[in-house]
Amino acid sequence: MSNKINLTIDGKPISVNPGITIYWAAKKLGIEIPHLCFGEDLPPMSSCRLCVVEVEGMRNLAVSCSHPVSEGMEVHTDTERVRRARRMNLELILSDHNIECITCEKSGDCSLERYAYEFGIKEPSFSGEKNIHPVLDNDPFIVRDYNKCILCGRCVHACSEIQYESAINIADRGFPAQISTSFERPLQETTCVSCGRCISVCPVGALTEKFRIGRGREWDLERKKTICPYCGCGCTVELCIKDGELIKVTTPKKDTINNENLCVKGKFGLHFINHSERLTRPLIKSDGTFVEATWEEAMSYIVENLDRIRKKHGPDAIGGLSSAKCTNEENYIFQKFIRACIGTNNVDHCARLCHSSTVAGLARAFGSGAMTNSMKELRTAGCIFVTGSNTTEAHPIIALDIKAAVMKNGAKLIVADPRKIDLVRFATIWLRHKSGTDVALFNAIMYVILNEGLEDRDFIEQRTENFDNFRDVVMQYTPEMAEEITGVPAEQIIEAARIYAGAETSSIVYSMGITQHTTGTDNVLSLANMAMLTGNVGKRGAGVNPLRGQNNVQGACDLGALPNVYPGYQKVDNEAFQRKFEKAWGTSLSPKPGLTVVEMLHGAENGRIRAMYIMGENPFLSDPNANRVKKDLESLDFLVVQDIFLSETAQYADVVLPAASFAEKDGTFTNTERRVQLLHRIIPPPGEARPDWQIICEVSSRLGYPMSYTDTARIMDEMAEIMPIYGGISHKRIRKFGIQWPCPEKQHPGTPFLHKDTFTRGKGLFSAVDFRPAAELPDDEYPYVLTTGRILYHFHTGTMSRRVEGLDAIRPDGFVEIHPDDAKVLKLKDGAMVEVASRRGTVTARAVVTSRSRPGTVFMAFHYREAAANILTNDALDPVAKIPEFKVCAVKIKKAG
Amino acid sequence: MPEKQKGVLLRKDSVKTTKLKVGLGACGIAAGANEVYNELVRYVSTKKIPVMVEKTGCIGMCHNEPLVEIESEKEGRILLGNITQKNIDTIIDEYMEKQTVNPKYIVAGSDYITEHDGFFKKQVRIVLDNCGRINPESIDEYIEMNGYKALHHAIKNMTPDDIIDEVKKSGLRGRGGAGFHTGSKWNFTKQAPGDEKYLICNADEGDPGAFMDRSTLEGDPHAIIEGMTIAAFAVGAKLGYIYVRAEYPLAVKRLEIALDQAREHGFLGSNILKTSFSFDIRIKEGAGAFVCGEETALLASLEGRRGLPRIRPPFPATSGLWDKPTNINNVETYANIPRIILNGSEWYSSHGTEHSKGTKVFALAGKINKGGLIEVPMGITLREIVYDIGGGIKSGKRFKAVQMGGPSGGCIPESLLDTVIDYDSVTRTGAIMGSGGMVVMDEDTCMVEVARFFLDFTQQESCGKCTFCRIGTKRMLEILERITRGEGVKNDIEHLEQLALGVKSGSLCGLGQTAPNPVLTTLKYFREEYEAHINERRCPGGQCKNLISYIIIPDNCVGCGVCLKNCPVNAISGEKKEPHIINQDICTKCGICMDSCKFDAVDIKR
Repeated sequence: MSNKINLTIDGKPISVNPGITIYWAAKKLGIEIPHLCFGEDLPPMSSCRLCVVEVEGMRNLAVSCSHPVSEGMEVHTDTERVRRARRMNLELILSDHNIECITCEKSGDCSLERYAYEFGIKEPSFSGEKNIHPVLDNDPFIVRDYNKCILCGRCVHACSEIQYESAINIADRGFPAQISTSFERPLQETTCVSCGRCISVCPVGALTEKFRIGRGREWDLERKKTICPYCGCGCTVELCIKDGELIKVTTPKKDTINNENLCVKGKFGLHFINHSERLTRPLIKSDGTFVEATWEEAMSYIVENLDRIRKKHGPDAIGGLSSAKCTNEENYIFQKFIRACIGTNNVDHCARLCHSSTVAGLARAFGSGAMTNSMKELRTAGCIFVTGSNTTEAHPIIALDIKAAVMKNGAKLIVADPRKIDLVRFATIWLRHKSGTDVALFNAIMYVILNEGLEDRDFIEQRTENFDNFRDVVMQYTPEMAEEITGVPAEQIIEAARIYAGAETSSIVYSMGITQHTTGTDNVLSLANMAMLTGNVGKRGAGVNPLRGQNNVQGACDLGALPNVYPGYQKVDNEAFQRKFEKAWGTSLSPKPGLTVVEMLHGAENGRIRAMYIMGENPFLSDPNANRVKKDLESLDFLVVQDIFLSETAQYADVVLPAASFAEKDGTFTNTERRVQLLHRIIPPPGEARPDWQIICEVSSRLGYPMSYTDTARIMDEMAEIMPIYGGISHKRIRKFGIQWPCPEKQHPGTPFLHKDTFTRGKGLFSAVDFRPAAELPDDEYPYVLTTGRILYHFHTGTMSRRVEGLDAIRPDGFVEIHPDDAKVLKLKDGAMVEVASRRGTVTARAVVTSRSRPGTVFMAFHYREAAANILTNDALDPVAKIPEFKVCAVKIKKAG
Repeated sequence: MPEKQKGVLLRKDSVKTTKLKVGLGACGIAAGANEVYNELVRYVSTKKIPVMVEKTGCIGMCHNEPLVEIESEKEGRILLGNITQKNIDTIIDEYMEKQTVNPKYIVAGSDYITEHDGFFKKQVRIVLDNCGRINPESIDEYIEMNGYKALHHAIKNMTPDDIIDEVKKSGLRGRGGAGFHTGSKWNFTKQAPGDEKYLICNADEGDPGAFMDRSTLEGDPHAIIEGMTIAAFAVGAKLGYIYVRAEYPLAVKRLEIALDQAREHGFLGSNILKTSFSFDIRIKEGAGAFVCGEETALLASLEGRRGLPRIRPPFPATSGLWDKPTNINNVETYANIPRIILNGSEWYSSHGTEHSKGTKVFALAGKINKGGLIEVPMGITLREIVYDIGGGIKSGKRFKAVQMGGPSGGCIPESLLDTVIDYDSVTRTGAIMGSGGMVVMDEDTCMVEVARFFLDFTQQESCGKCTFCRIGTKRMLEILERITRGEGVKNDIEHLEQLALGVKSGSLCGLGQTAPNPVLTTLKYFREEYEAHINERRCPGGQCKNLISYIIIPDNCVGCGVCLKNCPVNAISGEKKEPHIINQDICTKCGICMDSCKFDAVDIKR
């Protein structure tokens, strides 16, 4: 430790690493230096000048937040001169500050208020002109009152250096300088993505969550942390509650995956928990209308009907949809209920619709169907290959890691996507291939890698098998041939191959643009091939990373809410596993793999399925070919839906049960990087609503298979007993921060990246994958390709997000993105209402004319019931994973009306 | 010595033909020199007069614009001033006929640079040597004056270390104002790790009243390009930027011409002078923010961001443009380089004082008889500049102070007129050398008003980042405004001093750290003027309207009625041929009566 730097601060000696600033050295000694513009989460701005200290030998005062320590330095943090400078600084700030702390929302948590108090400043000695700004409340979420702004620049920094949106900056010079959007437009007309990070970094009351205004002072709020229920990122949120009402959302500084960031849904989109339409009592349908019932009535009704149908048609006539929104514990209980109580393996959930091809493909290639690496590792990757993932909108927090990798660490970004997604801004190269031609593109990239000798021979030899078969197929895909299929110029394919193979660590990131095809499993296998070919598996920052769409879709899969596996991916048709679970659950189990989501629904058509129990899912909007789903739901003898709102699916139910939301229960979610994170019950459920696990336990018990747990921690303990990947996890262990599975033992620290020295299946398996076109291609009658996806402001079927006023205000209606060239042919103007029709149905939506869409391809988000994209989509399935082809179908478009 | 370069055209007809050179700096153009030039060309060609009409840059005597120089073998160089479209024909005719010029047009005689006129006599022209002599749009003329010889010598015969050593030995210090040793700065950039390095010329001359860099860019652009290229070779930069004010369109145009010419001649671009050294220069026009002259703000602006200064370290030499090692010098610094390389450090350091070598260019302005662009050796006294070069104070009034260094500088009083011009001596007065603005003030100047003026400027130009600079200067300005309005209160001076010291020591960049200088120096040297404003409600300079009144001296007034007729608010009354009276309740103190009175009958009561 010879290169340590020795200095004294306020007479106390300290030895620190070179390069650190006086502020941090002082903090090590327990000396707090006042500061306004500096935050430990952002690089120093050094603008407020409050953190000045005296350094012997220096003429001017040193700014401690950014002044590096040096050998022999003598620092004084609390001299008369320092105090005078700080006091003058505060007085100057206060002389241009709207001092209305009595009604300010920030009061109690305001740095300026705190320091003014500490310095005893009642009134600034310097008075003069004050800047007067109108209070800007023209945004659904953020109120900007620049009369309170101290121009520290933290919001600007957060916007431009973390989010890379640069929606705001300092405008004007001199005394009138202020934070502004360009040309003072409302935030929604700028690049603002409403992440709210500007609010969280604001040290004063200049930026405020609109919702909280007038709803409670800082000291009235009760803060409890839990996990965000939207996407698979798994951000830790801190809910600030007053009298059971969510007032605002913040995020803790430490022990989170989100580094104090949230997206618009996490920050502003959780108020649905207090929505007046929450289900509060059980409902039983009588003569076509729902009537409120007691729990007793509802339970008896359910038990009676399920028992009847099971007795009459056998257990396989009943199917259950578990939920990627519910906790691990609830998924465990649900599948246990279906398997042990009902006696069938007909249990599945919406992972079928998003990543079943991942689970199938990666399990085949690597032995494990989950994200190989951790989110944070993306920051260290040399190259990131993003395909079929609109990361900034669907996984906004992971997108921040990707952006930071490019902007801060110089990573190369390859985007392969038919749409001009926002990440294209950061891309070294963008491959705009035609929807559904992924395999051809990837094979050609691998052709180039092999052709130019860029493959990792050692890795292939030592860690993989079946290379030769794979090679024979790939070598048929020249870049020129692929250009014809994909529309991507051959030279771009070559460049991409060189970038991907050339980086020290290359990480593939993909999502539903890859999986939701009839070739979904092939696409995934092809990506796995690419990673193995270049030795990019089993190391930090390199791998194959499917981004999971739902908060707990990873966990729902882990916990066996799948028709072919028990919890922990233990196959139901494996006798040893069957025995193991029979023993654990004390009953006999069916060895027959059950039906998948779409198969169950279609099964209703021919009477194969008579009853369904749906927990927290909304297949009516989420499944393809909605008109057929509607018919299927109507054909059922008996349907139970358990949810927090009366969803579109629930309308078809015979019984609807009110469930507790994420904020009203405990348990765990497993995020996309396999991290098992603990939820906390923050408020009581509304009315008579109950946590899903309690409801299921009661139904099961009444049906003759008793299940009873005092709390969810006990359920986790039971899970850990029988599924090795969760073997070492308990609620107690993850109280502070989650652990990434596999975690087989109590002492095991968890696994940040998979397949380190050996693949889960032993050797990595190359697959020879040929290109197959999509099931439905455009023709003369239906000349356009429709592809679907998500947008930032809504989530999935909108059950939650569309009940958040601000989110719906920003993106209120269904739309279809059409390329300007196509719009010209169709004689459409931006904003025109159009009819989009496929062989399965017709919807009306607003046309958005944009070059984001590839010519010949249109895009729709599937969140809107009034313009439900899934009325149009094709329910053709991938033969292996049974995932429907949401991403390609043929449509025609005409002006509405 | 370098061999003859590609493109070197020695003008065989040197000085054989009579030449008429029109000073076409922005100063001349503003005074109508373009019209004079056009008329001259038209007249000479229609009359087929055997003279060459040429353009040149700023000749320096801005107080006599438009300027035309006649240069002939026989008569040497004669500088004519105040030329207009109308008098040009008679002057030419007379000269062609008799080889003489009406003395009323001659502002400097034969070989004026060293011989006759006081304005030039005490100047030493190193940087401005070509300015006003050659056509800035002609690389041939630059080459003829030994242009690009230094580059040739540097690249072919010297190593980067040799060059840095030579610059170090010359004692050249940064002419942007801070006076850091140029050779050492180059060395830092050279030593900084990394292959990608940049070179920047700071031509964002923003001080009110300063025009040194503009004149140099307009008058001798190749000297800057040559200096930058030598510097780039020394520090290892491959790309350079000239960050120049967009308000200098002529400088930009001439730079663009010069850059193209330099590239065509192989002095710039790939494989300069057929060596493996490549370097090119791009122009970036600034958008008019004063703070962008601060080097870290300049870098931010160059990168396309808002021009906000950032804390140093890291210094640009290690982490500058795009976080790469970057050498930043000012226009004048680079312009010195070719001369230093060509004539040697010994020659250069023979000019100046012990710690400040060479010369300094100043823009001499204010209440002085001969304002203009001057270049003086370090070590000259202020008195020599004001009286010998500048010809003393206008209208025989009394000298009061000279403001040096623009808004960051300070006011030097009469008692310190013998201060010599070098970095350290000027700094000791409380002013700074700065980039070269020099404003002379006479007895009718209110020093509080001067402080207010400069502070108003810096306040408006503060980037807004630091609390002290953004709000502190505003509060200071408010106090000064109050004092000049005659509403000063007891604690104002004390508060002003407190704030000034706070802003000075608490601001991040040079703008804030120096913004209080005009206030601090005037408080130091003219405190009694502040006190007179506050305690006696009196403005000794006679400038602050609320504290003065215009009165008519009855003994001098002949009752002509001119003031009465001219008064815009009818505040003056009086019978013909009787002394008039100004009604103080109506008078707006515009001063028209005083200006229009031919009998010195109007006076200011201070």
